Amino acid sequence: MSAESLRDQPGPFFGEYGGRYMPESLIAAIDELAAAYDSARVDDEFQAELTRLHRTYTGRPSIITEVPRFAEHAGGARVILKREDLNHTGSHKINNVLGQALLTRRIGKTRVIAETGAGQHGVATATAAALFGLDCTIYMGEVDTQRQALNVARMRLLGAEVIPVTTGSRTLKDAINEAYREWVTSVETTNYIFGTAAGPHPFPAMVRDFQKIIGEEARAQVLELTGRLPDAVAACVGGGSNAIGIFHAFLDDHDVALYGFEAAGDGVDTERHAASIERGRPGVLHGARSYLLQDEDGQTIESHSISAGLDYPGVGPEHAFLADIGRAQYLPASDAEAMEALRLLSRTEGIIPAIESAHALAGALRLGRELGPEAIILVNLSGRGDKDVATAARWFDLFDDGAVQS
Amino acid sequence: MTVTASAGVAPAIRRAANGALVGYLPVGFPDLATSIDAAVALVENGVDVLELGLPYSDPVMDGLAIQKATQEALASGFRVRDVFAAVEGVRSRVDAPVLVMTYWNPVVQYGLSRFAESLRDAGGAGLITPDITPDSAADWIAESERTGLDRVFLAAPSSSDERLNATVRASRGFVYAVSTMGITGARTDVDQKARALMARLRDAGATGTDTLAACVGIGISTPEQVSEVLEYADGAIVGSALVTALAEGGVARLARVASALSQGK
Repeated sequence: MSAESLRDQPGPFFGEYGGRYMPESLIAAIDELAAAYDSARVDDEFQAELTRLHRTYTGRPSIITEVPRFAEHAGGARVILKREDLNHTGSHKINNVLGQALLTRRIGKTRVIAETGAGQHGVATATAAALFGLDCTIYMGEVDTQRQALNVARMRLLGAEVIPVTTGSRTLKDAINEAYREWVTSVETTNYIFGTAAGPHPFPAMVRDFQKIIGEEARAQVLELTGRLPDAVAACVGGGSNAIGIFHAFLDDHDVALYGFEAAGDGVDTERHAASIERGRPGVLHGARSYLLQDEDGQTIESHSISAGLDYPGVGPEHAFLADIGRAQYLPASDAEAMEALRLLSRTEGIIPAIESAHALAGALRLGRELGPEAIILVNLSGRGDKDVATAARWFDLFDDGAVQS
Repeated sequence: MTVTASAGVAPAIRRAANGALVGYLPVGFPDLATSIDAAVALVENGVDVLELGLPYSDPVMDGLAIQKATQEALASGFRVRDVFAAVEGVRSRVDAPVLVMTYWNPVVQYGLSRFAESLRDAGGAGLITPDITPDSAADWIAESERTGLDRVFLAAPSSSDERLNATVRASRGFVYAVSTMGITGARTDVDQKARALMARLRDAGATGTDTLAACVGIGISTPEQVSEVLEYADGAIVGSALVTALAEGGVARLARVASALSQGK
């Protein structure tokens, strides 16, 4: 085992990935944010305030749940879920948003903007904005506002302005483009609360640090429940914040295998998927160098996934690095596999997962069959599926004929 | 077709006694041949320096008019290699220096050295790089030294003095001063912030010496604004207003708008 810890990577680079490829107009704001984070990171008062919010507002620590009836379909391996779906707002996104909202207050800005795919990060940001009394504007691809209409309504209920983005593929990557454009024009009053462990430095390291509580809690919880560490940890990967959040505590545990499941859409051998590490190659997008779905000319290729939260052609730079050094493996899970896993968990355990998280569950079913009944698999159940009920109902044809569908 | 190697943009800016008019158009809009004709028409109507934009899928620094044009170019099959054909096409017909404005990933994927050599061989003057800064561009700075190409970096009102100094030191040709905090798109007033930024750039050494001039861009759409900017800057950069003219009235209207704008010199 190397003496060097993989847990101590402050950025801006993770191996050859990461960096800060950004317009000069935004550098001052990014520098300000990086400096504020550097001081907050070691500020006991800041950390105490964040911990208090986790405990009294989010509902941390989130529990773990062993799911034996589901696990019967996973080769009999023990499957344990980390229940980020039980957090206030319904996903892991709140962990990061509360940290960045506290930072917004620290640097004296009064307005926040954010991009969102599935709407979970947008809802979390709108929630924190309401809690902290900040103005809030959320950019969301028009395609996503349609497939995640419930979350659009939630954000508006919380007092946020939601702007449907109609350029490009009208999904998450274009929402990020539009949020950057908006930030350039309003940078003096506005902080950008970025939702995933991607983008320019300091976001990949900062978002990871705000999410690593998932793995820190889960590692101790699994040890307490089973007396040992899991054999494998599984998480879905879009930008990669829930995955790096649960991986991080285990990075130096070399007997614990780490698996990220990328959205394979119709399949990685089709043109409709979002498997950036599996099928992309290194390039620069949204401020960082990482794996990227792109054509020969470096034009970004539109990704496809039934899951709006995984429908992104890039991936966080730390994942690119972990893939290259072999510390984590990144495998595809298709729309069909994810939806079957969603249905299976719902029926066997009474837990409806987000479609994003269902990709990790689909992966766990495969891993269990490979690893056998002695294995313990920890799965990050990063979000709940309430927002996805309409999509699932269409997929499984659950609506009665003639029922009104809004 | 043979073209003369570019001498860079600085001599052209120096030649423009009352300040230079810098005009932007995307390559491949509405098609490759027309975009070449349009760029030539700009020079024939008073534009001193050309910026040819490389259409890109994720143009975070462009406003709606330019996004729409570049998306259309991409949808019509624009390829990165078309940029070199466009530069060569323009340079074979007019003598104005031609810079290429490009987001960074297409250059990385084409291969930085290969891109720089192709641009130089096509008679191009250099690159404007809106989404990288000198501290992330060591490889490009080295490559531009090797090939003799100009490198234009951006400066913003929010840039610290330290960063302005570094940007002036790293740039060759001119420094592109972003005149408002905004992205490209015509505005009714050119921000007062531009004057302040230009004064700070002068203090940092962007004084129109042999190799470096300072030009203001983003938000200029009338001859009056050109005139106002040239009171304090070495050049005035116009983009969205030209793209809109070309989109709405073709090369004929573009030529009239360029001619009118050049009256502001």
